[in-house]
Amino acid sequence: MNDTASTARDSASTDPGGKPGRIGDVILRVENITMRFGGVKAISDVSFDIRKGEVRSIIGPNGAGKSSMLNVVNGFYQPQEGSIWYNGKTYSPMRPHDAASNGIARTFQNIALFKGMTTLDNIMTGRILKQKASLLEQAFYIGRGRSEELEHREFVEEVIDFLEIQAIRKTPVGRLPYGLQKRVELGRALAAQPTLLLLDEPMAGMNLEEKEDMSRFIIDVNEHFGTTIALIEHDMGVVMDLSDRVVVLDHGSLLADGTPDEVRKNQAVIDAYLGVAHD
Amino acid sequence: MTGSQTYSAAAMPPSADLPNLDIYDTFPKLLRYNAQRHGTRPSMREKSYGIWQSYTWAEVKDEVFRFAAGMKELGVERGDKIAIIGDNRPRMYWTICVAQCLGAIPVPVYQDSVAAEIHYPLEHAEVRFAVVEDQEQVDKLLSIKDRLPKLETIIYDEPRGVRDYPQPFLHHYDVVVARGAELLAQDPSLIDDEVDKGQHDDISIIPYTSGTTGNPKGVSLSFRNVMRAAYNGAIFEGLRSTDESLAYLPIAWIGDHIFSYGQAFICGFCVACPENSETVLTDLRELGPTYFFAPPRIFENILTTVMIRMEDAGTLKRKMFHFFMDHARKVGVKILDGKSVGLVDRLTYGLGELLVFGPLKNVLGLTRVRIGYTAGEAIGPDIFSFYRSIGVNLKQLYGSTEAAVFITIQPNGEIYDDTVGTPAPEVELRIAESGEVMFRSPGVFVEYFKNPEATKSAKTEDGWVHTGDAGFVDDRGHLKIIDRAKDVGKLNNGTLFAPKYIENKLKFFPNIKEVVAFGHERDYCACFINIDLEAVGSWAERNNLSYASYQDLSSRKEVYEIVRAHVEKVNRDLSQEEMVAGSQIKRFLLLPKMLDADDGELTRTSKVRRGFIAEKYQPLIDALYDPNAKTGTIKSEITFEDGRKGMLDATVDIVDVEQFTSAGGGFKAAAE
Repeated sequence: MNDTASTARDSASTDPGGKPGRIGDVILRVENITMRFGGVKAISDVSFDIRKGEVRSIIGPNGAGKSSMLNVVNGFYQPQEGSIWYNGKTYSPMRPHDAASNGIARTFQNIALFKGMTTLDNIMTGRILKQKASLLEQAFYIGRGRSEELEHREFVEEVIDFLEIQAIRKTPVGRLPYGLQKRVELGRALAAQPTLLLLDEPMAGMNLEEKEDMSRFIIDVNEHFGTTIALIEHDMGVVMDLSDRVVVLDHGSLLADGTPDEVRKNQAVIDAYLGVAHD
Repeated sequence: MTGSQTYSAAAMPPSADLPNLDIYDTFPKLLRYNAQRHGTRPSMREKSYGIWQSYTWAEVKDEVFRFAAGMKELGVERGDKIAIIGDNRPRMYWTICVAQCLGAIPVPVYQDSVAAEIHYPLEHAEVRFAVVEDQEQVDKLLSIKDRLPKLETIIYDEPRGVRDYPQPFLHHYDVVVARGAELLAQDPSLIDDEVDKGQHDDISIIPYTSGTTGNPKGVSLSFRNVMRAAYNGAIFEGLRSTDESLAYLPIAWIGDHIFSYGQAFICGFCVACPENSETVLTDLRELGPTYFFAPPRIFENILTTVMIRMEDAGTLKRKMFHFFMDHARKVGVKILDGKSVGLVDRLTYGLGELLVFGPLKNVLGLTRVRIGYTAGEAIGPDIFSFYRSIGVNLKQLYGSTEAAVFITIQPNGEIYDDTVGTPAPEVELRIAESGEVMFRSPGVFVEYFKNPEATKSAKTEDGWVHTGDAGFVDDRGHLKIIDRAKDVGKLNNGTLFAPKYIENKLKFFPNIKEVVAFGHERDYCACFINIDLEAVGSWAERNNLSYASYQDLSSRKEVYEIVRAHVEKVNRDLSQEEMVAGSQIKRFLLLPKMLDADDGELTRTSKVRRGFIAEKYQPLIDALYDPNAKTGTIKSEITFEDGRKGMLDATVDIVDVEQFTSAGGGFKAAAE
């Protein structure tokens, strides 16, 4: 896996004539966020930014505040202090509808799909914000209801093709193995054509092969759709291979921020998280 | 003994519906003809974004010519080899024709091979161009490209992930085709001129045989070979342009080349490509092919799924299913073969068709199947007759790459589960003195590419080919394959010993997973048996027999009894067959562990590695051949699923089995 992932990264970043600016300007800035649950400080005064087109990882030990951080970014949690700057606008705080309507999509650590619905229908729900037809038009499949459905279905089929889940198109999601459910969840997030995609432990509980597949999809999403990705992941191999830059949190505060190499060499990180190395 | 008698089938009269191969003597010429003859009829289908898309013969011809023009500009010359690596996609099939249009030779390669396996055929065939499906294949080629000095250009179909690769020798299919269209606009006869140069005896394709030993061999097949063989198969079965098939087996395999390419071109029928390899069963159901091929393992899997789902069905449905299936077993095959069946039986079968068989075939996508083939391995008689009894015309076929597939086919109405049929049209068959099956036909390959010694040892001066299989022709004129000739040995009393033949008979019992038979240069035949944990485990559960592990279950007296009954049944079968009656199983034991590829006991494709097993389990073999031994003890290292190693230390019982006197006059040395 490390091989394939790094090859793809290398070819993208070292290619002189290819895409000089895969990584663009800052599109999101987290500014001095502090988040408390009662007396517990989950995040304290954390700031970092995300650039357009990059894969940005957030790592840290359990309880470091990683998931809380993503929840703040997409407005699910409202922090007591700090603000989010996104695409030229400052939100303090970000609200869920702001996030959704501005192209921020996410997947969850614990899968949040509609278990009784098919893969196809689940992914179609990712298109809901893009549907303008009235209830009547949709119910009777007339007018805009019909044309929109066709248009959305086509896009959803593209996503299905992209994630290679044709075989489970009509299978109720509840019957699928875990790794595939994760893929469907990614599909639903992609269906919203996000600018910024937040992935909360997309590879948790997966075996090596599933992780390889998922890594490949994350790289492809990033390159093919140009989607900016913020990623929480525990598998250090994956993180170091996929990411352009890494944020390290520990006990709610920012420990380090930099390229995988910088982070790997950062003594504070080594001590706190990756284990103490002796030269 | 059959000696060197020749069995042959005459040519069948040419069909008026099929093209005259003297005029349309190459596939590209046939493509041009099909574009006129069947212009608006579908040639290929594939699913794109969940919807089946069709390409007519006229569209295919235009696309192939455009791609060919683009390839010509990239430098393809007559005699060049073009590797084709990818799943069953229309563009991969078209590439075969593109190569043939330009007088180049397609070399299809198994798409799931790892880079190291791809290297040999590409290097050996001196491939200059490769047309591949996607990034996966491109990456494989790039990883070995510096060891392939002749490989110049790679064309890929699916751009995803490859788009940003900087290598100048990588081209996208669409770009080449677009360029080809421009060239054709300037010079419309550009490709037609090339097609006209093609000859019937030019090499049309070089598939590489997978080869269980040594390096794969490139089998050079001419247009004559492939087209005549495909044509003969087509008239034998009455294939027509309205047939449909599903192409889901590897393009690099000769069977797929004949069924999905050769015969499709000759008959003008439509070939559909599944959406991907996992959707085959769904696609099968949606398409309902009329011409279907599958190796035995697929038919086995489908049947198992059906049986498991029936066990979960409601009481009424289950009873109905079993009632009608019992009836079908009795009369279904006779009805399919057009034999006389009583009115009541016929009516009951009709009702079964309405209530059970029809819906079942519909779910499986077999409703419209007129001809179904199975080959490659022996198929269990129960599995075979299941499909035939519900009205699916499943047949066995015996063939090889060197024959452009067809050697023998079971003719309609003469289907026996233990033979592979009679010689296909224009095929001559001979059993050599050694018992080896030999054949001669228009499909006989030209040579092994760049390997004259191998060609010489496989093919005689006058065109007879050694199959490497031992077999005989029974009194009905049907060929029966016994085993690979090199595995066939002799007992000390001179009786023929064909281990695989015996093993297969035992393996057809669901309770038995794997068998290794011994007997070459021994006094009698004895075997190791692996029980099937799932089947025997479920039996144990139903009979309140608790067990702790595979080893525990294998050592139970009750389990030994079940297996002994199976072995006796096999012995009884063997006693009915003159040649093998002497090699009835005298003793057996149940192995305390499953034979496993991780322990080196099986190959990765689950074939038994006899030599290795014989060495590793030597004490058990000694015990089998020690008349006083009632048990055997084995100590050996085993590998667990997670890679840890452990020691196996077990004592197993050895059981004697009843022998039956042979029907054909005692223990005769048949192979002499």
